[in-house]
Amino acid sequence: MPKTAPTLSPILPDGEDAVIRVRGLVNGFGDQIIHQDLDLDVRPGEILGIVGGSGTGKSVLMRAIIGLQRPRAGTIEIFGQDAMHLDAAAAKDLRRRWGVLFQEGALFSSLTVAENIEVPMREFLELPQELMDELAGYKVSMVGLPPEAGSKFPSELSGGMKKRAGLARALSLDPLLLFLDEPTAGLDPISAAAFDELIKVLKQTLGLTVFLITHDLDTLHAICDRVAVLADGKVLAVGTIDELLTFDHPWVREYFTGPRGRAANNDGKLGKAA
Amino acid sequence: MTIPSIEESSDSAGTRVAVRGELTMANIASIAAPLRAINPAGKTMALDLGGVERIDTAGAWIIHRLVSDWAAAGVPATIENASPDADRLIKEMATNDVPVPTRPEHGNVAAERLIRIGRALYLAINNIGNFLAFLGQTMVVLGQTIMGRRTLRWNAVIHQCEAIGVNALAIVGLLLFLVGIVIAQQGATQLRQFGAEVFVVNLIGRSTLRELGILLTAIMVAGRSSSAFAAQIGSMKLNQEVDALATIGMSPIEILVVPRVIAMSLMLLLLGFFGSVMAVLGGGLFCWVSLDIPPVSYFQRLQEAVPLSDLVIGMIKAPIFGVIIAMMGCYQGMQVTGNAESVGRRTTQAVVESIFVVIVLDAFFAVFFSALGYN
Repeated sequence: MPKTAPTLSPILPDGEDAVIRVRGLVNGFGDQIIHQDLDLDVRPGEILGIVGGSGTGKSVLMRAIIGLQRPRAGTIEIFGQDAMHLDAAAAKDLRRRWGVLFQEGALFSSLTVAENIEVPMREFLELPQELMDELAGYKVSMVGLPPEAGSKFPSELSGGMKKRAGLARALSLDPLLLFLDEPTAGLDPISAAAFDELIKVLKQTLGLTVFLITHDLDTLHAICDRVAVLADGKVLAVGTIDELLTFDHPWVREYFTGPRGRAANNDGKLGKAA
Repeated sequence: MTIPSIEESSDSAGTRVAVRGELTMANIASIAAPLRAINPAGKTMALDLGGVERIDTAGAWIIHRLVSDWAAAGVPATIENASPDADRLIKEMATNDVPVPTRPEHGNVAAERLIRIGRALYLAINNIGNFLAFLGQTMVVLGQTIMGRRTLRWNAVIHQCEAIGVNALAIVGLLLFLVGIVIAQQGATQLRQFGAEVFVVNLIGRSTLRELGILLTAIMVAGRSSSAFAAQIGSMKLNQEVDALATIGMSPIEILVVPRVIAMSLMLLLLGFFGSVMAVLGGGLFCWVSLDIPPVSYFQRLQEAVPLSDLVIGMIKAPIFGVIIAMMGCYQGMQVTGNAESVGRRTTQAVVESIFVVIVLDAFFAVFFSALGYN
C-alpha cells in the first residue's frame, strides 16, 4: 500500500474543526470486512465527495454515520457529539440537524410531495398548517420543481423529479449537514448538471456541509471542495482533485486519468476558461 | 436560544416594526401570527432586523411574506439593518415565491363518488376479461405441453411440488387433525341427546372425506401458495425478469405458469387426501379417548358409513381447485406494474380471490353432485 502523503491524510490537522469525525471505524457483514480502521474528517461548510469502486462501502459508510448501521468498532462524532452513544432525546435532536437524500429519493408513497416535505416539520415543530404549506411550497420551488409538482404523488414523478423532491424533504428543517447518496446517478447529463448547480447554490445560500457519495466525475469537478477516496477498507486520501492527481495509487490514478476522468477534467478546464 | 419578539412603534412618517431574537424554524411559530396581524397603517412601513441573531429560510420567508403583503396593501415597506446573511436569504425567497398546491384538488364529492364507482366497475370488468385471456393463453400452452410440442420444465415442477406440497404437510396435517377432533366433539355433544353417539363416525367420515378435507386444504394452500406465486412473479415482473425471458425467446407462461399449475393440481390432490386422512384420524382419536369407541370398531363403522363415491367426489375437486388457485396467483403476479406497493396489493388480491372462488366452486360442486344423485 502506498504511503499517504501528509497533506492527503483523511485526518485534519490538530485544532481544525470537523463536523463529522470518524476514527477507527470497522464495518462488516458476516465474515466480510468492509471497513478496517477507517478515519475521516469533514470540514464545516465544505462539499466532500466520496468516491470508490463498487463494493468499497461508500453507502455503508454513510449508513454508519447516520446511524442506520451499527459499526463493529470505532467512534463517530457529529457536531462534536459521540453519535453512537446518545440517549433518545439527543439522538432525535441530532437527526433534526441533518438531512439525508437516498438514492431513489425514498419519498413516502402515500403522501404528496408537499406533504412529504412537511413530515419532518410536523414531527419536530408546531407550526400552523398554513405556514407549513407555504414553507413546503417554497422548498418545492427552491429545488427547481414546477409548482404543480407539490400536489403530485411520488409515483407520478420522473426519476429526476423524485430526487429533487427527496432533496426538498432533506432540506425541510434547514439542516446544517446534508448527506447525498449518488444524487446524479440515473439522471440525464442536463438534469445532472442542473442538480450539481443546485447543490452548489444551496450550499452557498444555506451554508451547508455536504457529504456526497458519487460516481460522477463531472460532479466531483464541478462542486466538490475535497474528494475522499475509499479503497482497501479505508479512506486512502482526501484532497482536491489536483492534489489527488499526484497521489500514487493504481485505482486513484486510473480513476482520475482514465478516459472518463480526463474528459471530465478537460470539461472542467474548458468551463473555467469560458 | 432567544425567543423572538416584536416591537411596534408609529410616528407621523409611518410604522416601524423591530424584530429581535432567533428567527429560525424552531422559534418562528410564536411570532408568525402576531407579525401577520400588524395592520399596515400610515404611509410607510419599516422592518428593523437589527436585533435578529440568527435567521433561516423559515424566518426569511416570514419577513418576505410580510413585506410583500404590505406592498400588496399599497404600503411600501423597507427592510433595515439586515445582516448580509438575512439579506441574501430574503432575496432568495423572492425568487422562489410562487403559489404551490400541496394537496390534490377535490372536485364535487358526488361526482367523485360516481367516478370512483365507474372506475371500480370498469376495472372489475377489465379484470375478468384479462383473467379469461390469461386462462386461455395458459390452456393453450398447457395443451401444447401435453401434446409434446413444448417442453415441460420438470425441474421447476419438482421444485414447486416441494414448495407447495412437502413443505405444507405439517401445517395441513395439524390443521385437519384438529378439525377432525372438533367435528367429533361437537357432533358427539349434539348426537348424545338422541342417544346416537355412534353416528358421530358417519358425520366425521362423510363430512371430511367429501367436503371439509379438500376445502380446508385448498383454503390453506391458497393462503400459502397463491400469495407466494403472486409475490414471486410480481417481483420478477418489477425486476423486468419476465421481460428478459420474453426477449430471450422463452415464454413466461411456459416457464413460470405451467409448472406451477401442474404442480399445484397434483399437490392439492395429494395434500387433500392426506388432510382428509388426518381429519379422520383426529376424529378417531377423540372417539377412542372420549366416547370409548375402539379404533377397530371406528374403522369398521367408517367402512360401512362412507361410500367410495364420497372419496371420489372429494378428490375430483382437488385438481380443479389446484388449477384455479395457481392461475389466480400467477395472474395477479403478472398484473403487477410500477412499484412494490403493487406487489402487496396483488398478493392480497390473489389470496382473497382464490379463496373466494374455491368456496363458490365447492358450493357449486355440492349442488351438482347431489343433483346427480350422490347423496
